[in-house]
Order: sequence, then C-alpha cells, then structure tokens
Amino acid sequence: MTRIARRSLLAGMAALGTAGCSKIDGFATSDSGSGLFDLAEDWHLAAHRTLAGRQALAPEYAAEDRSPSFKGNGSLTVDSPIYKEQLAKGFPDWRISVKGLVENELRLSLADLKALPQRTQITRHDCVEGWSAIGEWTGPQLSGLLDAAKVKPEANFIVFWCADVLYGRQYYESVDMVDAYHPQTIIAHSLNGEPIPEKNGAPLRMRIERQLGYKHAKYLTGIEAVARLDDIKGGKGGFWEDIGNYQWYAGI
Amino acid sequence: MTTPKTKRHALSTRLWHWINAAAMVVLFMSGLGISNAHRYLYWGDYGFDPADAWTAVMRFPNWATLPQRYNLAEARDWHSGAAWVFALALFGMWIAMLANRHFARDIAAPVSAWSPAHLWVEVKEHLKGRFHAEDGAKYNTLQKLTYGVVLGVLLPLMIFTGLAISPGFEPAAPWLVDMLSGRQSARSLHFIAAFALFAFFVVHIVMVTLSNPLKQMWAMIAGGQAPQEDKL
Repeated sequence: MTRIARRSLLAGMAALGTAGCSKIDGFATSDSGSGLFDLAEDWHLAAHRTLAGRQALAPEYAAEDRSPSFKGNGSLTVDSPIYKEQLAKGFPDWRISVKGLVENELRLSLADLKALPQRTQITRHDCVEGWSAIGEWTGPQLSGLLDAAKVKPEANFIVFWCADVLYGRQYYESVDMVDAYHPQTIIAHSLNGEPIPEKNGAPLRMRIERQLGYKHAKYLTGIEAVARLDDIKGGKGGFWEDIGNYQWYAGI
Repeated sequence: MTTPKTKRHALSTRLWHWINAAAMVVLFMSGLGISNAHRYLYWGDYGFDPADAWTAVMRFPNWATLPQRYNLAEARDWHSGAAWVFALALFGMWIAMLANRHFARDIAAPVSAWSPAHLWVEVKEHLKGRFHAEDGAKYNTLQKLTYGVVLGVLLPLMIFTGLAISPGFEPAAPWLVDMLSGRQSARSLHFIAAFALFAFFVVHIVMVTLSNPLKQMWAMIAGGQAPQEDKL
C-alpha cells in the first residue's frame, strides 16, 4: 500500500491495525526496523489528532513573550546572484507558483500575497535539535490560496518547493491536507513586523505550527498539490526525510 | 512448594519490571543521543542561545548512545517508538498495582513511618547491611518511599514532560506545558528526571547485588516466595 493510502487511514484509531500491516509488508524492502518505527510515528500522528482535534491551534503568545532574536538554522541564505540582487531590492520579481493538482494555476508576487487577508500569530518554533524561539509571523493562510487555485479531490499532499540548496540538493517539504488547511498554516512574509530576515527564509517561509522547524520551508518558490510523495525526489516527502531518514510527521 | 498466591512478585509486576527495564535502557541511551544535538538546557518557553542556558550538558560518548554514533533521526525513532511501550506498560502496571493491592499493601507507607527519626533508624540499618522490613512487610520504609517516588513521581514525570516537549501533542493539553512553565522548562525537567531515574537504577543494582542477587533476579523472573514463607 502507498503512503497516501496509509495516511488516509489515520482518521481514527480503529484503522491502526491495518496501517501496521501495510508497514510490516514493506519491512523487507525498507531499512531494517523502520517498519516498527514508521508504525510508532503513525500512532503519534493519530493520537495527536484524535486527542486534540485536527484543527486545534498551537498556543499563541503575547508580544512580550517573544525571544529577543530568532535563530537561523540549516540554510542561512540562497547562494545565487539573482537571490542576492532580489534581497537587496526587496524581492520585486520574486514569484511563487501554486500548481500541480489544481484547476487554476496561480503565480503570485509578494504584493499579491500581501493583498490577501492576513493572519498574524506569535508562535513558538521548536527545532528538532531541541531549542525553541518565539516570534510573530504575518502572511495569508495557505487554505485561501488552495481554495483560489481549486485543489482537485485527488490531491493528498501539498509540497513546498524552495530556492535553497543544502548538500547539493534542493530543499523541499510536504504536509498532508489536514495541516495544509490548518488555520495557522500561513505563508509568512514578515517576522516581528519586519520583512523576514535572510537567515530565516526571506522573502517567504511556511509556518506549520504543530510540527518541528524542518517542516517550515524557507525561501519558498512553489506550492504543489500532489496525490503521492513517493515519486518526488527521494520519495520520503522532504529534504531531511530523504537525506537523513528524519520523521515525515514532525509533531514529536 | 508454593501456590501462585504466595509468590513474592505477581506476574503483572514481573512482566512490567522487565518490559520497563528494556524500554528504559532504549529510552535513556537514545535520549543521550538526542541530547547531543543541542547540549544546552533552559528555563521558560524559549531558549536557543547557549548564553541563556542554565547548564551545558556533556557530550555523551558514542558507546552510551543509541545508535552507537551520532544520528539524531535514528535516536528519535528509537525514543518515540520505545515511549509507547514505556507509557502503556506503566499505565498497565498502575492498574494492576491498584487492582491486586500491591500498591496499598507493599508500597504505600503510613504517614507515621515518614518521621525523620524512623527514617534515620532505617538508614543506619541499611548502612549496616540489614535490609529487612519489620512485621513481615515486603519492603522497609526507605524502600517504600523510593518505589513510591519512582512509580508515582519520576516515571509519570518522564511521560508528562516528554509529552510537553512535543509540538503536535501540545494543542491537546496546552495547560500541561503551562503547568511545567514552558517547553524549555519541560525539556530541562525531562532531563533531570531521567538522571534521577538513572541514579535509582544504579542504587537498585547495588542493593540487589548486596542482597543475594541470583535469588532476587530469579524471583523477579519466576515469582519467588512471599516474605511470610521466607521467615519460616
């Protein structure tokens, strides 16, 4: 069974037995032991969504709770002359596309994104390494863009394409439709009331507030609706998932 | 000859003891590996700058971590996998312990036994190598307090602080993170409780070693004899 079919089973705890079987089926062809690890990951995702609800919000903080600065990690810039030039000018020619399994492909500038209804949220950013920072992010909700593009029913995941390259590979990430339509999932253009700094992902960065930092794709260039992840790049749904076997569900 | 009713350790206790021991070894060693990813601990909601840390933890050597080299993704797989076994087993043990009265009969200590004078007497007895409980009870007061703190405070604290670190769990119980005064505080407490349990583990092994270790180990596997029979 594919990853998509498994994920769709996660609506309730009742489906867990079936999900487990499909994992065990894949055991022989995957890394040793990863079948049980993936099963544990599925259980965490199902438990979180069952206990909290699919649309439950991550805590939001008051302005005075923000950390004095916001650590940059992973890619700290995009190593290209075009990026440097755009950064200096305020990204007048930066565009993001909304594509894939949609009725209307979109191509949006920063000004287009800022003209949409905005959400501002002060949230805590938790890195997989263990540290946390708190900042105020502003941008349009991803759900609004997906509705405008009319996502087709066969789409199961949203992939975020990035301009940055780490260890010779393009960065990308993905979430399922629950996180894609979550009210706090925004395409942020501002951090603490200023344009996002270079090290934090200028000009655009995803906020996926119930998951760890590596899901929050920086230097965003494209949003693609897809049916499955196993035919994209390394097939595991993201840069760190492909390169280091990091968990696709980063809610732990 | 003994009947099942006179076993020193109930089947549920023995099963839990070894499942828990295995889970804790995996959790502790993979936890040391995770700690190596960011060796600074903070109080409050946020923390990323070593200058704000209340302590910098040592880098744990590869022989102490799971896997036996630095691999954060794999350490996290072991940790969040074994967490299920650990948490569900502890939940099951508490139900069994309350149902079969193991807790009420063997672990709960009357408040009168908590007096410093009485505890001091027991500490002196311990230092002389005499570990016997009075009145045919299975455990003396020091043991009762230790097992009570481990089962009732430290092990549950590992679960609650672990849950409080998880951004995906937090929307289910934001009050838990608040109660622990922030995610980075929860992370610090997770670390402190883990080392308190490690200290318990060391003392536990020493005490078993000093008091007929083979018989004790076998009793935790096969059940052993209840203390009443011991005294005959």
